[in-house]
Amino acid sequence: MKRKHKRLTFAAIGLGLLGVAAALVLTAFEDSIVFFHSPTDIAEGKVKIDRRVRLGGLVEEGSVQKQASAVTAFRITDGANVIDVTYRGILPDLFREGQGVVTEGRLQGSLFVAEEVLAKHDENYMPPEVADALKKSGRWQEGSDQKHPSKGESAK
Amino acid sequence: MIAELGHFALILALFVSAVQATLPLIGAHRGDAGWMAVARPAALMQFLLVAVAFGCLMNLYITSDFSVLNVAQNSHTDKPLIYKISGVWGNHEGSMLLWVLILALFGSAVAAFGANLPPSLRARVLSIQALIAVGFYLFILLTSNPFERLIPAPINGNDLNPLLQDPGLAFHPPMLYLGYVGFSMAFSFAIAALIEGRVDAAWARWVRPWTLAAWCFLTAGIGLGSWWAYYELGWGGWWYWDPVENASFMPWLAGTALLHSATVVEKRDTLKGWTILLAIITFSMSLLGTFLVRSGVLTSVHAFATDPTRGVFILILLIIVIGGSLALYAWRGPQLISTGLFQPISREGGLLFNNLVMATATAVVLLGTLYPLLLDAVGGGKVSVGPPFFNAVFIPIMLPMIVVMAVGPMLNWKRGDWRAAVTRLWPAMVAALLAAVGAWALVTDGPFLGIVGMALAAWLAVGTLVELTERLRLRRDGLGRALGRLARQPRASWGMTLAHLGLAVTIAGMTGAGAWVKESIQVMAPGDTVTLAGYEFRFDGAQDGQGPNYAFTAGHFTVSKGGRVLVVLDPEKRVYNVSGQPTTEAGIEPTLLGDIYAVIGDRGTTPEGKPGFVTRLYFNPLVAWMWGGLMIMIAGGALSLSDRRHRVGAPARRAAVAQTAGAD
Repeated sequence: MKRKHKRLTFAAIGLGLLGVAAALVLTAFEDSIVFFHSPTDIAEGKVKIDRRVRLGGLVEEGSVQKQASAVTAFRITDGANVIDVTYRGILPDLFREGQGVVTEGRLQGSLFVAEEVLAKHDENYMPPEVADALKKSGRWQEGSDQKHPSKGESAK
Repeated sequence: MIAELGHFALILALFVSAVQATLPLIGAHRGDAGWMAVARPAALMQFLLVAVAFGCLMNLYITSDFSVLNVAQNSHTDKPLIYKISGVWGNHEGSMLLWVLILALFGSAVAAFGANLPPSLRARVLSIQALIAVGFYLFILLTSNPFERLIPAPINGNDLNPLLQDPGLAFHPPMLYLGYVGFSMAFSFAIAALIEGRVDAAWARWVRPWTLAAWCFLTAGIGLGSWWAYYELGWGGWWYWDPVENASFMPWLAGTALLHSATVVEKRDTLKGWTILLAIITFSMSLLGTFLVRSGVLTSVHAFATDPTRGVFILILLIIVIGGSLALYAWRGPQLISTGLFQPISREGGLLFNNLVMATATAVVLLGTLYPLLLDAVGGGKVSVGPPFFNAVFIPIMLPMIVVMAVGPMLNWKRGDWRAAVTRLWPAMVAALLAAVGAWALVTDGPFLGIVGMALAAWLAVGTLVELTERLRLRRDGLGRALGRLARQPRASWGMTLAHLGLAVTIAGMTGAGAWVKESIQVMAPGDTVTLAGYEFRFDGAQDGQGPNYAFTAGHFTVSKGGRVLVVLDPEKRVYNVSGQPTTEAGIEPTLLGDIYAVIGDRGTTPEGKPGFVTRLYFNPLVAWMWGGLMIMIAGGALSLSDRRHRVGAPARRAAVAQTAGAD
């Protein structure tokens, strides 16, 4: 086999792999990309029932209720709208009322059934999507009381 | 005073690296030996200065000097000493200081051990290292100074994030950074080679040990991080395809490809341009990883508080380094002439196939990781790309590579006979078939991929052993002479065998834990029993207690099988005194067959109305194999590293070329 043919063989294998990868990526994107929504999006009917989505905002103060069988009910708010959420399981350690949260699950009627509540490693961490959603609804400004002024962000 | 000393040392290090980045490069261009000679003392001096700065910061942490902002934010007098020390890199500023310390460490290693490198190559390599260093010194001094004062000093500090007060995570960042930054060596050698317009077997032998060392550290770092997530976060998982995890995985994939293509350059004097490109890509992935982790542009379950302005700085640095090196590659790359010819079916062909798959896999992970950013940038909405995507794309791409991985080492260099190789691999085929049937019979309700995974693991493990027996000529010469050959095997080939075996074990572990995990969530009152995967978990109640700097609630589970008590698990829920932050400590009993895993959560009520605790119980089959396999892979890498041929700086250029021509 000539040098050129050899190169062509591997170029073909490489392109073939990329083609397969592209096909896999496109089909996977179709079903496995998860869109992020704020409570307002859901209230405005932008979210399809039963599609897996992420819902983020602040856990409303006083809304967390422990129910039977390890189910926790709470409400997520972006200041403008509020959505009821249930989650079965152990909540992440840093899940608190009044703090930012991102959940992943499906909308069933007007109730959001979370299959996952995303854990945070740092109590001062605000997921960027949540910050954006809160900014949109006018609830949050840079440097407001959402963050501890003394920690994490203050080093400049 | 110590803070100012550290700050001053860091500024001096910037100036030294600026000199190191320019004079030797100009000297190498002009052929001026005096200017080139600046590189070695400068690299050593630079390392000394950063080490002083790092030592100062560590001293501030150990003595709890809260007049320094960084210490006040991340430390506390009550913290155990080991976490005072690990607290140095448990925050943004300190971890960037660790980054440049390791960069300077690698540079000074070239200066100290690179005596037999050609002077111009050594000067250029050290200059490129220093160029990267200048960027990061500026970044630290302008945006993230760890020595900033806080006046008046608070009485006590804010404490280190309790999740980081853990032995697994104390050493995770240094390992990871040794890996990330270690790839800067391959990068500097690649850029230096592009400037010189010369890549040969000796070059590959200089690059390989650095790449291999970095790869071992990165593997260890990823393994430690995954192990920590497994036992500390209490969600029973070990990999989430989270952006921060992907950030460390992409350089690993590219670096693994680089290791294999560098072998081809060394042995066969071909694939030169591709190897150079891989070296550039690998380090670019390291830089990208640093950017993703430090900027916080992506939502991550592992994210800590971050500052976007710093992200912009790293992004600019990223564009300069990646853009500049790729432009240089486009300009100079075509001048690299490869002499070795080979057929597609050959050892080289197998290694190149590995490279193509690894590169494709890297591209896929990169796409999935950056897609949310790209889509958001064009106003397409906020999305996340999670495990379903990566599992659906990454796994099918890797499968053919695992199949070829057993065949490749059986092929000859230049021209191989794949039919003969596959015929000789019959024991591997039998093993794969047995594993598939066994998995299918034992686990009736698992996914199909579980069976495929076990079959592949068996195929790879036995295939690797078949290759070893062939190399020892076991069947032709009998056991005695084969054993004699076994002892004389070069360590590098031992390394290959071990690393491939380790991957087989890891695949088995990932398959078991990924496909057949059993989980149960419920509220349990004392005396309640839950049966999971044949194990009976009896909840014996919980009591409160006090640790060194935290309060805890410890639950007790008695786990038995068939009436025989196996183990008592004591998972804890802790609340740290200073920050008030709770953490979860899972109770885990690792066994060869699988981990028995229990987590205790908040108080709740059972369906019968009795007070109890939310509990989460898991059986994770074979999960320990995954980390065991990673350790075998690291051992293989370390063994290969200790090979005479790869000892740092061992080969001299001309002798090595002659030797390569003679060998093989």
